[in-house]
Amino acid sequence: MSAAVAAERRERTAARLLASPDRSPLPRGSRAELLAEIETSGLTGRGGAAFPTARKLAAVAHARRPTVVVNGVEGEPASLKDKVLLARNPHLVVDGAMVAARIVGAREVIFAVGRANRTVRKRLEQALAERSDGVDVYLETVPDRFVAGEESALLNLLNGGPAKPTMEKPYARGVLVQNVETLANVALIARYGASWFRRRGTADEPGTALVTVLGAVRNPGVAEVELGTTLRDILQRFGGLAAFPHALLVGGYFGSWVRAHDVLDAPLTNAALAPLGASLGARTIAVLPQDACGLAESARVLRYLANESAGQCGPCVFGVAALADAFERLDVDRVHRLAPLVADRGACAHPTGAARFAASAIDIFADEIELHRAGRCSGAAHSPVLPVGASRDWR
Amino acid sequence: MRSLNHPAIWYLMRGSGVVALILFTVVVVLGIATTRRLRIGTMPRFVTLSLHRSVSLLACAFLALHIGSALADSYAKVALPQLFVPYPTTGYNLYLGLGALSLDLMLAIVVTSLLRHRLTQRMWKGVHWFGYASWPLAFVHSVGMGTDSDSTWFVGTALFCLGAVGAAAAWRLLELRRPYPKYLGAPL
Amino acid sequence: MKIRVDPILCDGYGQCAELLPEAVRLDEWGYPLVAREPLPRRLEPAARRAVAMCPRLALSLEGKRR
Repeated sequence: MSAAVAAERRERTAARLLASPDRSPLPRGSRAELLAEIETSGLTGRGGAAFPTARKLAAVAHARRPTVVVNGVEGEPASLKDKVLLARNPHLVVDGAMVAARIVGAREVIFAVGRANRTVRKRLEQALAERSDGVDVYLETVPDRFVAGEESALLNLLNGGPAKPTMEKPYARGVLVQNVETLANVALIARYGASWFRRRGTADEPGTALVTVLGAVRNPGVAEVELGTTLRDILQRFGGLAAFPHALLVGGYFGSWVRAHDVLDAPLTNAALAPLGASLGARTIAVLPQDACGLAESARVLRYLANESAGQCGPCVFGVAALADAFERLDVDRVHRLAPLVADRGACAHPTGAARFAASAIDIFADEIELHRAGRCSGAAHSPVLPVGASRDWR
Repeated sequence: MRSLNHPAIWYLMRGSGVVALILFTVVVVLGIATTRRLRIGTMPRFVTLSLHRSVSLLACAFLALHIGSALADSYAKVALPQLFVPYPTTGYNLYLGLGALSLDLMLAIVVTSLLRHRLTQRMWKGVHWFGYASWPLAFVHSVGMGTDSDSTWFVGTALFCLGAVGAAAAWRLLELRRPYPKYLGAPL
Repeated sequence: MKIRVDPILCDGYGQCAELLPEAVRLDEWGYPLVAREPLPRRLEPAARRAVAMCPRLALSLEGKRR
């Protein structure tokens, strides 16, 4: 192997987000230069909504008194990537927050993390104590509710209200709420440039992504992968599969179940997953073990989603609960009829995500339904694979 | 304002006052009925709300009549400021003061309701809840002024109004415990 | 002109569906389902009435003529 090829291979597999951080001072580019670099990079949000980062930055930059909120809340119970990033590489995230603050002209940066994970908070506190960036810095902990990480819910909480979404979105109020992984990428782009960023990933979906993989792999956890890597190769990074799974949950609890043989050779991009009815979402992939029951897992998660409704919008409060009821009764028709009636009728994506999850589960596990109707179950003895949270607080 | 000494003014003041009380009782009950999604007979639910609004305007008209005639009547000895601010004068009357307070609250409700679209839901709702103070004050004013308290028809009317508002308010309190009442089955 | 519902303010009173049945249906829980197509001109007065009557002011009109 020639030196050039070896160098290229090193570059292509080198960690970016989880690499030891470069602690040298950040480059001093102007606001416009930095924003242009982010725009050229094609960076999109890594929190689940995949909104173009440059556009969000530009919108907030026009506000009278912009603020930056660093969203490390990660309300999705199965997702660990943001916590891992904050625990392993907090300075990179803080760098990104400072770059974003410079771009939008913010004088204060608020870091928000979930209450339950003390390690993350401690590491972040330590990192913040080791530096002075010239802006006011705050660290807030928020209740571990599913929707607490939604950007308007987070802002609501920071403003003294409950962690419930509002109709007005933060960027309209001059507040930039950005996911920690997105900000880590912002720091990297500020240091190494947009072309460097675009060397990994695909042309339409550049960069790397942190993914959480759980379930029937040998080493579940978090890894950094290049966008466009096939799912099969990604699962290899986690030690590979012990047995061929029936289905994978792609995109977390607002994502979709997909048959393994349909998705294993698909590259990890929204474009490739869309025809399979899936998307990157929260970048969480669950591999259903062969001896677990997809219906039981899905029913549990759906009931959890119903309980996690903020309770503000009728179609969500009643609709997601009705979906959970119908799912538990294995009423396939009702689930199919309810899903479009519940989707897109709330103030946030909660009912939409829950509807999508329910509809995909009832489709993919159709043969399991037949088994259940005959009084049997594939996964009766299996302990739960998909975790659900337990917090009851809204403030 | 020239005081008039005609008994008709005196009777107009009392009569319009009682009618206003009855109408405001209807307004409060209809308002509560609206929040409880009550349908009057088989009419659509927007009729309940519509009636609440229309009757409240009618009640205000009778209230204006009541106040106007009180001002005009020489025997009643009510000065203009006393309508809005309960303060002691030679003929200070606690119940007149309560009536003034009731009027103040009621004016706030009417004004905010007419300007609803310019206010936030919270502002409008906060002021609207003054109604639960305004009505009892108006009731105590009616009974306390003593002009008709000895007649059975008045006592009967007053008790009826009290009963109606009391029952409706109790019904409303039940709803407070459930933030999302379930009305299953499309109501149309 | 289109009708928009603020799902947080909406409390399922259903007055809109009574006043504008051609464009608003209620789901099984009493919450409005608004037709996606723009409203025909003849329904605009009824739409304005529905917006004015909503007890929670949860309705608004998009693309209305001044």
